[in-house]
Amino acid sequence: MPSLYFDIAHLLAGGMVLVSFMLLYQDRVFGLFNVFALHAAVLALCVAWQAFVQDAPHLYVTALIALVFKAIIVPVALHRVVLRLGIGRVIETAVGIGPTMLLGVALVALSIQVMLPVTAHADVLTREDLAFALSVVLLGLLMMVTRRNAVSQVIGFMSLENGLILAAAGAKGMPLVVEISVAFSVLIALIVIGIFLFRIRERFDTVDVHALDRARGEQS
Amino acid sequence: MSGDTAVLLVLLVPAVAAAILALVPEHRLSTRLNVAACVLTFAGALVLLEQRPTPGPFLLIDDVNVVFVVLTTFVALSASVFSASYIDHELAIGRLTPTYLRFYHAMYQLLMFGMNLALVANNIGLMWVAIEIATLTTVLMVGIYRTPAALEAAWKYFILGSVGIALALFGTILVYLAARPVVGEGLDAMSWTVLATASARFDPALLNLAFVFLLIGYGTKVGLAPLHAWLPDAHAEGPTPISAVLSGLLLNVALYAVLRFKLLLAGNPGAVAAGPLLITMGLSSLIFASFMLYRRRDIKRFFAYSSIEHMGIIAFAFGMGGPVANFAGLLHMTMHSLTKSAIFFAVGHIAQVKGTQKIAEIRGLTASHPLLGWSLVIGVVAIAGMPPFGIFLSEFLVVSSTFARQPVLAVPLVFGLLIGFGALMLRLHGVAFGQPTGPAHPDKASYLPILVHFTLVLIAGIWLPAPLVQWFQAVARGLG
Repeated sequence: MPSLYFDIAHLLAGGMVLVSFMLLYQDRVFGLFNVFALHAAVLALCVAWQAFVQDAPHLYVTALIALVFKAIIVPVALHRVVLRLGIGRVIETAVGIGPTMLLGVALVALSIQVMLPVTAHADVLTREDLAFALSVVLLGLLMMVTRRNAVSQVIGFMSLENGLILAAAGAKGMPLVVEISVAFSVLIALIVIGIFLFRIRERFDTVDVHALDRARGEQS
Repeated sequence: MSGDTAVLLVLLVPAVAAAILALVPEHRLSTRLNVAACVLTFAGALVLLEQRPTPGPFLLIDDVNVVFVVLTTFVALSASVFSASYIDHELAIGRLTPTYLRFYHAMYQLLMFGMNLALVANNIGLMWVAIEIATLTTVLMVGIYRTPAALEAAWKYFILGSVGIALALFGTILVYLAARPVVGEGLDAMSWTVLATASARFDPALLNLAFVFLLIGYGTKVGLAPLHAWLPDAHAEGPTPISAVLSGLLLNVALYAVLRFKLLLAGNPGAVAAGPLLITMGLSSLIFASFMLYRRRDIKRFFAYSSIEHMGIIAFAFGMGGPVANFAGLLHMTMHSLTKSAIFFAVGHIAQVKGTQKIAEIRGLTASHPLLGWSLVIGVVAIAGMPPFGIFLSEFLVVSSTFARQPVLAVPLVFGLLIGFGALMLRLHGVAFGQPTGPAHPDKASYLPILVHFTLVLIAGIWLPAPLVQWFQAVARGLG
């Protein structure tokens, strides 16, 4: 494999990790949507590059879904939902930005430490790609636990899911990648519709077990 | 009918029925169609017992999953009968509108499709997609009443379930990566039949890492502590037929996925043993849920915690492994599905006649509603593990096989069982006996599903037919 192929794939996957960090320090909801659109666009580039390198035309479909659905439709739809429902524009954090970023750095180090030794026998492109993908997944999880707003939890989940698509595209010759990305798109569409229809306002935005326990009088 | 037709029946009937039921406006017709579709699916599953189709790249029927398929389709059938009478009442009091009912029935069949597909899939990617379908449909059903509590429960289930499912996908990709150097690219590297024969040559480190993700991902759906937070709320806020299907079936389907991956690890000499992980999670679920039972004030949440307790016992038994413990785990899973779904059938009607789910407001049921009250008494006695019911037999097998092999582990196991037993008896006494209080609407319940389930559990407790024992023994050997 020419080293340029590898360098570009490496650059794009590294770019996704970088954009994941950018998601972590956003403090306005609309800024978060824009950065997420960027995240999805970089994913589309990554997947398209993998499709070219692996000579796997079906991956172009996945790249197209990422570009049209996640980089354009979802951010626009979420933007409208926030305007229509009057959801607060400021992101409330459970943990401050500084500690969150430090935790994020630790998670990236962790995923490199975990992935590189166990994939010693895989080809070098898969190895690096997988380490980056796990970083993106863990950063997405970190975002879900450190944010209180339902909308930013959803963005965290979607960035996590972008990491999974990155991993699936990087696994050379994996079947069903298109089907899986379609299934995920259905999931995301339902989440967005869910926010809108269920009118999940700030009142419902916690995944805290105790909130519901209290609501049902099960806790004093 | 050949095996190939039967497996198509199991998959296509729910899929087609979902499409038809989405269009049928009249609710009496649609409840009947729902039951009819379940009958057909169950018939297909019974044929699979005798006729096995040849494993293809996508579908597979073997000794292990046929147990799950038959159990799933059977409980789905009786839950659909219960659902018919439950839904009548919900319509009458206006908690559900005809539009929502169409949606409800379509989702019910789609859920069956998802669960059956997950069970018969021969491809780890396809199984993942199927479990996602099942998760999404249950999320929508849990939120169907649209009260704030129901929406919050659905949202919580949605977020936790999605994260679990995302992690499971990462594990699935890692399994593919482990298999690719050995069996080559493409579908082969994702199909159970190929993976099972070739797993000895996979990279053990990659397989270990994959299993961690799969256990956390699918373990969330099994409801093992500490990943259970969605389960009580989802059970309490959704329609009761869905609580019965969740507890009786969907938890099993997720457990089936974990067991399949455990088999891959068992086939690889270099991989860690998956058993101790399952034993730890199983025991912590059992003990945690048993203590939590004492603090419940909502009757559906109470039995949801009891489900966590029993999934803990089942995970523990499969974690112990070996023919006896696997047999006990399999038997316990079957008995728990039958008993717990019957309890939810009774609880659904009880909540309807009393107009509340609060344990404190339900008193003296055996006096005010003898049939419902005694059904609940029988159910609780059975689920608590008292003879002569089947759960006594399976719990006895789990405990005795643990004593024989790892006596130290038997101590926390028996401790957890006794704590749970105490909570069940304590609550049962208040709910079933004493002076009746509160409103007492006459009940128009359908007792047939409850009766059939309890009869089966009772028969299993007294006398297990020899063919059933041989069948389960064969499966237990297959599970390693």
